[in-house]
Amino acid sequence: MTTTGKIVAVNGNMITVAFDGAVAQNEVGYAICGDKKLMAEIVRVRGTRCDMQVFDATTDLMVDDRVEFSGELLAAELGPGMLAQVYDGLQNPLADLAAEASKISKDAGFFLQRGMYIPGLPRDKKWDFHPLAKPGDRVMAGDFLGWVTEGIFDDKTMPGHKIMVPFALRGVYTVKTVAPAGDYTVTQTIATLSDAAGKEIPVQMMQRWPVKVPIKCFTERLEPTETLETTVRTIDTFFPVAVGGTYCIPGPFGAGKTVLQQTTARYAKVDIVISAACGERAGEVVETLKEFPEIVDPKTGQSLMKRTIIICNTSSMPVASREASVYTAVTLAEYFRQMGLNVLVLADSTSRWAQAMRELSGRLEEIPGEEAFPAYLESRIAAFYERAGRVKLRSGATGSVTIGGTVSPAGGNFDEPVTQATLKVVGGFHGLSRARSDARRYPAIDPLDSWSHYNSVIEQDRVEKARAILRKGNEIGQMMKVVGEEGTSLGDFTTYLKAEFLDAVYLQQNAFSESDATTPVARQKVMFDMVEKVLSSNFEFKEKDETRKFFLGLQQTFIDWNDKPFESDEFKALKDELDRKIAEATDGE
Amino acid sequence: MFNNKVYHKIDALSGSVATLRAEGVKYNEIAEIESRAGTSLAQVIKLDGPNVTLQIFAGARGVDTAAKVRFLGETMKVPFSEALLGRAFTGSGVPRDGGPAINENPSPIGQPSVNPAKRIMPNRMVKTNIPMIDLFNSLVISQKLPIFAKAGEPYNELLARIALQADSDVIIIGGMGLKYDEYLKFRSTLDKSGALAKTVMFVHTAADPTVECVLVPDVSLAVAEKFALQGKDVLVLLTDMTSFADAMKEIAITMEQIPSNRGYPGDLYSQLAARYEKAVDFDGAGSITILAVTTMPGDDVTHPVPDNTGYITEGQFYLRNGRIEPFGSLSRLKQQVNKGVDKFVEIDGKKVNINKTREDHRTLMDAMIKLYAQYKETVEKQSMGFKMSAWDQKLLKYGAEFEEKMMDLSVNIDLIDALDLGWKILADNFEKGEVGIPSKLSDKFWPKA
Repeated sequence: MTTTGKIVAVNGNMITVAFDGAVAQNEVGYAICGDKKLMAEIVRVRGTRCDMQVFDATTDLMVDDRVEFSGELLAAELGPGMLAQVYDGLQNPLADLAAEASKISKDAGFFLQRGMYIPGLPRDKKWDFHPLAKPGDRVMAGDFLGWVTEGIFDDKTMPGHKIMVPFALRGVYTVKTVAPAGDYTVTQTIATLSDAAGKEIPVQMMQRWPVKVPIKCFTERLEPTETLETTVRTIDTFFPVAVGGTYCIPGPFGAGKTVLQQTTARYAKVDIVISAACGERAGEVVETLKEFPEIVDPKTGQSLMKRTIIICNTSSMPVASREASVYTAVTLAEYFRQMGLNVLVLADSTSRWAQAMRELSGRLEEIPGEEAFPAYLESRIAAFYERAGRVKLRSGATGSVTIGGTVSPAGGNFDEPVTQATLKVVGGFHGLSRARSDARRYPAIDPLDSWSHYNSVIEQDRVEKARAILRKGNEIGQMMKVVGEEGTSLGDFTTYLKAEFLDAVYLQQNAFSESDATTPVARQKVMFDMVEKVLSSNFEFKEKDETRKFFLGLQQTFIDWNDKPFESDEFKALKDELDRKIAEATDGE
Repeated sequence: MFNNKVYHKIDALSGSVATLRAEGVKYNEIAEIESRAGTSLAQVIKLDGPNVTLQIFAGARGVDTAAKVRFLGETMKVPFSEALLGRAFTGSGVPRDGGPAINENPSPIGQPSVNPAKRIMPNRMVKTNIPMIDLFNSLVISQKLPIFAKAGEPYNELLARIALQADSDVIIIGGMGLKYDEYLKFRSTLDKSGALAKTVMFVHTAADPTVECVLVPDVSLAVAEKFALQGKDVLVLLTDMTSFADAMKEIAITMEQIPSNRGYPGDLYSQLAARYEKAVDFDGAGSITILAVTTMPGDDVTHPVPDNTGYITEGQFYLRNGRIEPFGSLSRLKQQVNKGVDKFVEIDGKKVNINKTREDHRTLMDAMIKLYAQYKETVEKQSMGFKMSAWDQKLLKYGAEFEEKMMDLSVNIDLIDALDLGWKILADNFEKGEVGIPSKLSDKFWPKA
C-alpha cells in the first residue's frame, strides 16, 4: 500500500504535502498536475506534513492536488547503455526526451516538457551476455556475473562491461543459475542467487542505486600515489592530480575554467570521463556534444564519445535536478569503478550546485549561514569529494574515481564559503587568476598560489627549483614596477626574464593548437629538460636589451618547437637550434 | 476548468503583493484586480492552504481591501503576430505608442528550457564592423553577451549602433527602467534607419510599476522565441538588466525572503540564467541572440548583478570611457568562428564553408592584446618617472597607434581590413621576431617594407 498525500502549499519549486502513512527523508513522490505527474523529493518532514522539492516548474499545481509516494529514494539506473549518453540531472536521456516531445508537435520537440521522464537505460536494446560466474559460486555484492560488449568495452582493447551482483545485496550468496551466452535486455534475468536461508533472488543486468549514497563494494581504499596524466603541462608538472584524487578549479568568470575542463575531458588518460555540466551554459555542453563524437581517442582509435557520459543540467533547467546532477554523475562513476576502471568526474560548476542548495534552504526558511548558504554546506561538499578514491576490489583489481570540480566564486574572490569549504577537502588547488587571463596567459592557473599534494611527473626537487625561479621572478617583477628597469641589477633582470620564459613556453599552453593542446608526459620530460637548461645557465650578457633580445628569440623558437609534432624531423631540428642558441649564449663559461 | 468566482476581500497588502483567501487557484495563474486604483493583472506567486498571494502588476497603491479579484485560470500570455513589428508596448503588453491593442495568438511566457539536444553549435558570426568586436571578440549568432558599463557610458548608443549594423531578421528591444527620453531616442534612431519596421519594443520606464519591469525580459523573449521558431534570426537587446535585478530584489524583500548577497534573492543566478539561456540556435529553426546592458553600480564588476551575469553569459564587453576595453572583454564563442581553417557544414543539403575569417585571425588577436597589456604596464612605469628602455619606447608608440586606429568606437571597417590593419600596426612598431607570432604566419602576413 503506497502512501499518498495532498498539497497544502506551493511556493516556487517547493510544495508542502499532508500525507497519510509513512514516508522517508529523500523519498521520491509525484505531484499529480492534470494529466502530468511531476517528480519531487522529500527534503523535510514535520509531523504529518512534508516539504518536497519539485524537479519541474510548479505552474498550475493547486492546493488539494494529489501526491503519490514511490517508496524509493532518488536512484540512478546502472547497467549497459549509459556510455555516450547525454542525460539531464535525473538521468533522463535528452535525445529521447526530444524525440518523445516531438510527437506532441514540432515546436514542442525543441523544449523540455514538464513531467516527461524516460528511463536512463534503453529497455528494448539487447546486449550479448557472456557468463563469468558458474552455478555454485559464492558471491557478494559487486562480484562479476558476466560481461557484455558496450562500444569500446569489448573485452579486446578494453575489458568488457561487467555485469555485477547488485550492490544492494548484503552478505554472501550462492549462484543458482546463470543464463547461457546470448542476447538479453537489461530487465531480463541473467542469473539467480540464493541467500543463506535459501531464498532465491533473480538478477538483471540493470540495478538501481540511490544517488546520494556512496557505493562501497570494495575491500580497501588505497593511497592515491599515481599521477593522472592530463597532458596539461602546468597541471602534470607543477600541480598534479592523482588517480583517485580530488582537485578544484576556482576562478572568476572568463578565466578559462570550462576550456580547461574540456581539455582535460579530452586528453586525460582515464578509461571513462563523466562530465557534469551543473547549472552552467547550454552552449558549452552543445560544443562537447557535437565535437566529442568526432574526436578520436588515441588509446582506442575510436570516438571519444564512446568513453564519455554527459550529465547536463544547464542553468535554466530545474534547480532541484541541478542539485541531483552531481550525485548522479558520481554514482555512475562509482559503478564503472566497480569494474576496475579509472573514471574521471568533472563537475562544472560546484558553486551552482551549492547555490541550488541555498535556494532550497531559503525556501525551507532554514537559518542561513554565511552568504545565506545553509549551515550544512561544508559537510555536503566534503561528502561529495570523499566519494573519490582509488579502491581495491574483491577481485584484487583496482578501480578509481577522480573528481575535479570547478568553483565559481562570487566576484572572483576565493574568500567565500564554497571555495573555502572545497579547499579544505581537496588534494589539489588550481586557482585561476584574472590577471593571467586578462594577459591571455592560458591556462590561467596561478603558478604562485596553486598547490597540489600529489606526485608530479617530474622529480619534486627539480619542480621546486623551477617554482623558486618563478617566485623570484615575480618578486623582481614587482620590484621593477617600483624601482624601474634601471634600478634592477643585470643578474636580477636575467632571473626575471628566465621566469617569464618558463611561463611563456611551458606554463602557457594553447588549447586550440593541435600539437600544443596536449603534451604527453614523455614530451613534457623533454621540454622540461630544455627549460631547466635555460633556467640553470649562467648567461654572459653585457646589457639588458641584449638579454631581452636573446630571451625573446629563444622564446620564439621554443614556441615554434611546441607547435611541431613530437619526434618529427622539424621537432628535432628545432631542438638542435635551441641547444645551439643556449650553448652560444653560455660560451664564456 | 474555469474559476468564475469573484472574491471581494483582500486580507493583506504590502508592496505590490496582496493576500486573500480563495479556492481552486492554480500556482502562477493570472488574476484581474479591479479597485479604486483601476484594473490590473496580478499573478499567483504563493499558495498556502486557503491563502493566495498575488503580485499586482500595476502595484498595490490604491488597491482597497474590498477590491474585486477574479482568477482567469491561465498563466501570463503575450499576443504574437507580425503586427507586433514596428510597435512599442509596456511590460504587460499594453501599447504605449498609441496604436491599437493586439490580441491575436496569445502565447504563454516563461516557457520551459530548450532541450540542449535540440541546439546546434553556434557557427555564424554577426558582423558589426566594429573591430574591437569583429576582430578581438567576435559576436556569434545565438550568443548571450552583456555590455558592462557604469552609468553615463554610451551603452544605449552602442546597442543602437549594433542593432542597425547587425544583420538580423527581427530585433526586439526590452527596456527596463529606461528614462522616457532614452526610449524616444531608441525609437527615433531605429526609425531614421528604417530598422523600426523589423523591431518590437517592450519598454518599462522608470516611472512604471516595478512588477512590469520584471516582466519585460520574459515577454521580449517569449515573442523572440515565437519568431525564432518560424525560422527567423532574432536579436534581442535588453537594457538595463541591473534594473531588472533590482526590481526582483524589491519584490523578494517585500515577500520577506532571506536575502543572500547585498539584499538580492538567493536565486538571482537562476533567475538571470532562465532569461539569458533563451539565447539559442535551434536545430531546424531560427535563432535568438541576446545583447544586454548591465550597468555596474560603482563601476564594480564584483557587484552581484554583473558578477552573476558574467558566469551565465558567453563573455562580456566592458564599455569604459566610450571604448570597448580589450582586457576583460571576451567573447567565449569567438573560437567557433575565428578558427581560420576551412570548416564545412551541411546547410540545407549543401556543403557551406562557414568560416569566413582568416587563418591569422586568432594568433594576431592574441599577439596584439599581449603587446597591449605590456604597453599598459609601460605606461604605468612611465607615469612613475622611470627611464624608458628601447623596448618601452616601442611599446608606447604601439599602444598609442592601437588605441587610435583600432579601439576608437568610431572606427567602422570590415573584418579583413581590420586584420590587415593589425599587421600594419605591428610592422610599424616592431621587428618580426619580437611579436611572439609563429614564423609560418608572420612570414605570410608581415607587410613587406
